[in-house]
Amino acid sequence: MELEEAKEKIVEALNKKAKTKSKFYFNDLSKILELKPREAKKLISKLVEDEVLVYWSSGSTTMYGLKGAGKQAAAEHED
Amino acid sequence: MAKHETPLLDQLESGPWPSFVSDLKQEAAARAKNEKNIEYQVPVDVVEDLLGVLELSFKDGTTHWKHGGIVGVFGYGGGVIGRYCDQPETFPGVAHFHTMRVNQPAGKFYKTDFLKNLCDLWEFRGSGLTNMHGSTGDIVLLGTTTPQLEEIFYELTHKYNQDLGGSGSNLRTPADCIGQARCEYACYDTQDLCHTLTQEYQDELHRPAFPYKFKFKFDGCPNCCVASIARSDMSFIGTWKDDIRIDQDAVKGYVNGDFKPNAGAHAGRDWGAFDIQKEVIDLCPTECMKYEDGKLAINNKECTRCMHCINVMPRALRPGKETGCSILVGAKAPILDGAQMGSLLVPFVEVNKENDYEAIKEVIEAVWDWWMEEGKNRERLGELMKRQGFQKLLEATGIKPVPQHVQEPRHNPYIFWKEEEVEGGWDRDINEFRKHHKR
Ligand code: HEM
Ligand code: HEM
Ligand code: SF4
Ligand code: SF4
Repeated sequence: MELEEAKEKIVEALNKKAKTKSKFYFNDLSKILELKPREAKKLISKLVEDEVLVYWSSGSTTMYGLKGAGKQAAAEHED
Repeated sequence: MAKHETPLLDQLESGPWPSFVSDLKQEAAARAKNEKNIEYQVPVDVVEDLLGVLELSFKDGTTHWKHGGIVGVFGYGGGVIGRYCDQPETFPGVAHFHTMRVNQPAGKFYKTDFLKNLCDLWEFRGSGLTNMHGSTGDIVLLGTTTPQLEEIFYELTHKYNQDLGGSGSNLRTPADCIGQARCEYACYDTQDLCHTLTQEYQDELHRPAFPYKFKFKFDGCPNCCVASIARSDMSFIGTWKDDIRIDQDAVKGYVNGDFKPNAGAHAGRDWGAFDIQKEVIDLCPTECMKYEDGKLAINNKECTRCMHCINVMPRALRPGKETGCSILVGAKAPILDGAQMGSLLVPFVEVNKENDYEAIKEVIEAVWDWWMEEGKNRERLGELMKRQGFQKLLEATGIKPVPQHVQEPRHNPYIFWKEEEVEGGWDRDINEFRKHHKR
């Protein structure tokens, strides 16, 4: 899959759910891309590098969100 | 005069042990005085406010920290743990109080100038509070603000040749015992393996894409000084294949009282004369030793490499020469529930620098592939193993079942064959069947 296509898919899917959710597990993203984790990781890492996505971390768990979505300091259950 | 009254914390100082409260107060006072004229980059009263918010938590019986955030350094998904206080007006000094994890050197070898520089950096750009070494093993720098993160990262990487460690759903900072650098029991070079795999798996360490955290730990022998068997999803424990090496003269020396057992440990009390029968032979868990006519004999086939006899008589007994490691998987240690020790996956594998630890990497990558595809969100490897069964893990890694994998007699009487294991498979010719069986 090309990066552009991955970006469109992810941005569209995440925006759709934006009302209820701003943070997603890695698995949610690889499902959106319909790719195996290792393949998905290459594209998702690139999207982070391009600042389309940002990491959110509780310290023990990492999630992903669209840059600018959700709160900076939010607990896992607050969202 | 302290900024906040802390009667509940003060009480903690009254116990017999050194208290972290005293340490915190000492740092608070040192910052207030600022004898070194440091241009503090985070509030000078950060430690005062930390004491204040902790006191309030004790009073309220609840935490005032928010867990997590979008903090980090560019390109890294781990290494920084965002912490924000939910009472920022009362405790502005800890409104941001992020933790940074710094990848400790293999074996935790330092030079004093490195430690000094690290502490100076942290007084300047952080709270000055550290946690050497967190239960993960890293250097843990406690408490800084968001704008400082990139600055600290730049100085660490550019001036001190030092990387951040892991946090979140990634490979955590690998940790090892001191190994061959100082310990004669080490069956392989823990530092080299730890360092090599840390370098090899940088992407896994810094860009989280696992279902949850994943820890590697390396112990040079079954004494397990870094407790890899209990604390890591994958533990590498040194072992040997051949026989324990026995120096019979030295055994006699212990029996005659020439050498102190346990290298003189536990010497605070008089335990009486050394009794090899009571202190070694009878304590061997597999009862595979005997001492007769002044000679020690070990039935090595039965020995489980528990290390007991070697620890008691290190001058007389040594691990064998054909060394390697065992790989155990699935340990985890959450505080509240579900602690679990590792299960043996690979009884023996060579630890070979020459071929870049090929055999070990093969197992690691097969385990990751399985867990990344099958693991649920926030499911540790040990939980997936329980959910899908050890057999699935064996299939995923292509490892043949061996007796060492068996923990207990089976409790399910059925054997489920797979189609490819049954001659002719599942298909039958219905016409052939109907010849003998009417409708
Ligand atoms: C009532 C208070 C708190 C509760 C219930 C709590 C709970 C937790 C839990 C469940 C974890 C994950 C443990 C695991 O790794 O399995 C964790 C990790 C952590 N917490 Fe907290 N926590 C509290 C307060 C704090 C405070 C006050 C701080 C720092 C100021 C803090 C810093 C951390 C850090 C650094 C981790 C480690 C993350 C890691 O190991 O990846 N926590 N906490
Ligand atoms: C009476 C007070 C405290 C007790 C009993 C305590 C206990 C513990 C324990 C048992 C762990 C290991 C958790 C695990 O991973 O299994 C831990 C880790 C940790 N504690 Fe504390 N703690 C105390 C105070 C603090 C304070 C005041 C701070 C910060 C200002 C702090 C920061 C941390 C951090 C960051 C870790 C994780 C270190 C790592 O493994 O990377 N703790 N603490
Ligand atoms: S685990 Fe074994 S090899 Fe490593 S330091 Fe401890 S006793 Fe020595
Ligand atoms: S290492 Fe343990 S099991 Fe092996 S002979 Fe010594 S005491 Fe027995």
